[in-house]
Amino acid sequence: MSLWQTIFPYILSGISVGGQYALIAIGYTMVYGILRLINFAHGDVFMVAGLSMVYLAASLPLYLAIPVMIILTVALGFTIERVAYKPLRTAPRMSVMISAIGVSYLLQNLALYITGGLNKNYPEIPWISDKITIFGATTTRVTVITPFVTIALVLILVWVINHTKIGMAMRAVSKDFETAQLMGIKINNVISITFIIGSFLAAIGSMLFFTNYPGVVPTSGGMPGLKAFVAAVFGGIGSIPGAVIGAFIIGICESLIKGLDTILMSQGVIAEQIGFATFSDAFTFILLIIILVFKPMGLFGEKQTDKV
Amino acid sequence: MKRFVALGLVLCMMAAALVGCSSGSSSSEKTVKIGVFEPQSGDNGAGGKQEILGMQYALTKTPTVEIGGETYKVELVYADNASSNDKAPSAAQTLISGGVSVVLGSYGSGVSIAAGDTFSAAKVPAIGVTCTNPQVTSGCDVYYRICFLDPFQGTVLANFAKANGATKAYCLAKQGDDYSGGLCNYFIEAFGADNCVYEQFPADTSDFSTYVTNAQNQGCNVFFAPVSTEAAAQIIKKASAQSLGMPILAGDTWDSNVILEAAKGSDLDINVTTFYQEGANPEFDNGIKAWINSDATAKSNNGGNDELAAVTAMGYDAYYVALEAVKKAGTTDPAKVLEVLPSLEYTGVTGAIAFDEIGDAKRDSAFVKKCNTTTGVWDFVTEAKAQ
Amino acid sequence: MKKDNKKNFISLVIVLVFLGIVLLLDQVIKPTDNMSMLLTVLQKGSVYALAAVSMNLLNGFTGLFSLGHAGFMLIGAYTYAMLTIPDAARADVYQYYDPAIRFSIPEVLSNGIGPAGTALGVLIAVIIAGLIACLFAYLIGLPVLKLKSDYLAIATLGFAEIIRAIFQWSKLGPLTNGSNLLKGFERTSTFKLAIGDFTLSLSTFVPVLIATICIWIIVLIKNSTYGRAFVAIRDDEIAAEAMGIDLAHHKMLSFCTSSFFAGISGAMMAMVLSIAQASNFRSAMTYEILLMVVLGGIGSISGSVIGAFLFISTSEWWLRGLDSGKWLGISAPGIFRNGFRLVVFSVIIMIVVLFFRKGIMGDKELTLEMVKAWPKNIFNWIRSIPKKIKSLFSKKEAK
Repeated sequence: MSLWQTIFPYILSGISVGGQYALIAIGYTMVYGILRLINFAHGDVFMVAGLSMVYLAASLPLYLAIPVMIILTVALGFTIERVAYKPLRTAPRMSVMISAIGVSYLLQNLALYITGGLNKNYPEIPWISDKITIFGATTTRVTVITPFVTIALVLILVWVINHTKIGMAMRAVSKDFETAQLMGIKINNVISITFIIGSFLAAIGSMLFFTNYPGVVPTSGGMPGLKAFVAAVFGGIGSIPGAVIGAFIIGICESLIKGLDTILMSQGVIAEQIGFATFSDAFTFILLIIILVFKPMGLFGEKQTDKV
Repeated sequence: MKRFVALGLVLCMMAAALVGCSSGSSSSEKTVKIGVFEPQSGDNGAGGKQEILGMQYALTKTPTVEIGGETYKVELVYADNASSNDKAPSAAQTLISGGVSVVLGSYGSGVSIAAGDTFSAAKVPAIGVTCTNPQVTSGCDVYYRICFLDPFQGTVLANFAKANGATKAYCLAKQGDDYSGGLCNYFIEAFGADNCVYEQFPADTSDFSTYVTNAQNQGCNVFFAPVSTEAAAQIIKKASAQSLGMPILAGDTWDSNVILEAAKGSDLDINVTTFYQEGANPEFDNGIKAWINSDATAKSNNGGNDELAAVTAMGYDAYYVALEAVKKAGTTDPAKVLEVLPSLEYTGVTGAIAFDEIGDAKRDSAFVKKCNTTTGVWDFVTEAKAQ
Repeated sequence: MKKDNKKNFISLVIVLVFLGIVLLLDQVIKPTDNMSMLLTVLQKGSVYALAAVSMNLLNGFTGLFSLGHAGFMLIGAYTYAMLTIPDAARADVYQYYDPAIRFSIPEVLSNGIGPAGTALGVLIAVIIAGLIACLFAYLIGLPVLKLKSDYLAIATLGFAEIIRAIFQWSKLGPLTNGSNLLKGFERTSTFKLAIGDFTLSLSTFVPVLIATICIWIIVLIKNSTYGRAFVAIRDDEIAAEAMGIDLAHHKMLSFCTSSFFAGISGAMMAMVLSIAQASNFRSAMTYEILLMVVLGGIGSISGSVIGAFLFISTSEWWLRGLDSGKWLGISAPGIFRNGFRLVVFSVIIMIVVLFFRKGIMGDKELTLEMVKAWPKNIFNWIRSIPKKIKSLFSKKEAK
């Protein structure tokens, strides 16, 4: 088997995972860009989106369930910001981060209570769950369309940020919080809209992710959330294209590492298994630490100086 | 000042909680408590709930027991070990402090191994229902079990794979899971280590597509994945989407309607080994199905239908083994119950149960079932004996 | 000065009395008693109390927001377990591997100097556990301590995950037993002392004693010049540097000290649970410890201890009824089902995080004067409730 034939399926699934991480990563990077807050609860918002889809699809037809799920997720993101982050606006950054961890803990425990801690099967969305063959690799359609959906959404978002009034306000707030306020920008609205956009993308991301991997558990959001955050740091926090590229790199690397034993063995590089798959999650963090140590602002991040 | 508000809050909570602890139930009727040490959440939550169903059904059939000439009411006391090895010891301690005479469980071997020491320290006997890893009983003097062991199950599965023409096996286990890791290990031992590819996926993995690709690229012709039902459903979906092209083999955890549901409509060939084949005892089958259908909670705990899991039958038998034990001991004192367990014999719906000197069940047969992907039920394949 | 001495003496007496009570409880309460959960809470609580205090040393006193605690506890737990599994039990524990370590420190010492050797061996293993965690912390600290607040948090979190993956790697199986659990080592349930015919059970006393000693050492560190330097760094790095405090050196010192005690608490965790397994030491564990610190008050040692014991006793004991259908005599199986305990619990935590940001103790320590003043303060607080409610409403109208 040629090298390409061997690794193509891994790259395919890596790109797909990367696309899903990208949609979550945008939520992290935008919030961090404006509030300087690692929104630990974002991964759990993603999980709740998946879970609410499970329950909604049980009672509503899909064409209703999907919009209702998106609205609920957006409402959740908005509420979290208003209830858990807004009162702490003047508090030290550590308090806000602790509040985010608290929200994450609460959402996970709520999900545990509601589901009884059991795995919930994600409803099958027709057409995108169909089986297709591409370059000799069999997979589902969602795997193939995810990167395109992601890139389309990102292009729209970048346009919004660069060419609309609210986009300008967002850029202004992320540059300088206080000056923006003095210039008459309604900070709270801008922050709310950031959370709404982030949650909206997380909702779309959850639809793609769980159609691909159809099981939702209370901890489903944890790992994808962390990886998406790492993707955001990798690309340079605050930069949307950076987050997307970071997410694709992490997705592909992760997938290749899971298959590294097989790839190397098929090429005759190693004779027996080494067990690289153990490090598929850890590798993301190794990447994170390397980038933090050598290029702390990420691939595309702006250089910032501490103001005294 | 806020500090005192917080403190006040805490004091109120403490006071409330202490009241809560002291208000125990005090009925005049004599009761014997049986601890149910099962996962009700986490990876193995679905399986644990199905195992509990067997015990609950047995309780409805036999709610009382004669101990030393007196009639005792049986009460099941539950503790959720959350499929997590670090929560298991305190869940076990909750049962022990609740005054149970004997403990049943658990589904999943890791939690049983983890809690063994707690039971041992309190001299409370535990009867494992479907924990198949040898370590459950080997290092613990109070743990007994009514199921077969992984070395046996692994051998049966390896022989079955070989008999069906498999030459190279792909084995997949979950990292840190003693059940899947153990079973894979014994399968590999029996199948031949040179012909096996063994991989472990980290906890919280949801993307199994790469593992399916690995199996295909390694040129394997059997896919052995004795993992929890939660991961199993994901593996089946991916195997079906990527046209796996080889039969899937698994152990007793896969004997669940979660698997049937996930595999329905696909073209996969799934075989499992298990403890009980539906139809072996029609009276029990019909009785428990009627009960599951009449009880909404039971039905939802069984996954929404009345398809019978082998672990439910095992749970049913375990309940009666516990009753036999307290009957024979003639007291509810756990230490006395422990003394009679080695010589206990009972014939249940899943076969004759007796313990050897380590505390393991003397069982020498397992059923092999095949998933019928068109009708969504298990078809009986063969009854395998140890060689 | 004299007053201080008197105070120290009183504290010492209180601690000794407390230890005595624990020792007594250890003898009186049998595992099958209704109250045996108290022992479980004391055991687990002391593990988490030490973990919380050591995290507080870093997050609360030095102002370094690190989320790598679970990783260091993992190192401690594994080191302790690997060093104390009796040789005879190794083959059974490492069932799929050929064990690389072929001795157990307590066993070697007890062969040499009798029963006291076991205790000494356990102690040595615990200290080595701390030292190995400390060593890892030093290596990790070199690159990450330069990072600023949230970057430091996420980098340490990442390191904890990497450590977990390394310990689960099958190639290290002969040492770590792969991803399978380690058991059979010296654990609290086997800690006993035979005096003539009478056997003294030490299963709760030992963890409580270790935690007490370690926390006492942390208090000493906090009150030393190093401790004051840590606080100075937290309050203002630039000012601290201007005062001549070597930032890098002190940050590393704080990070390593905190990890040393985290390693010891990990060893205690293994002792108490009687198993050690890498998959238990997830980032969720770090978050829980962080929430204990927040509950007790960031920057207060006594607060962290109170927070840890409250957290453990509510989640393991008092609120368990919320999961099983009956609590406080209220029976509501529909609502009080599996998981409700944790929901109630996380709501309480959110309330603390949002409305009582200082936690129970703020950054103050529990003192005798404070305890004496409690009745008065609580009375005043209750009296002020109506006023507070009134002001709450009037504030809303003003908006």
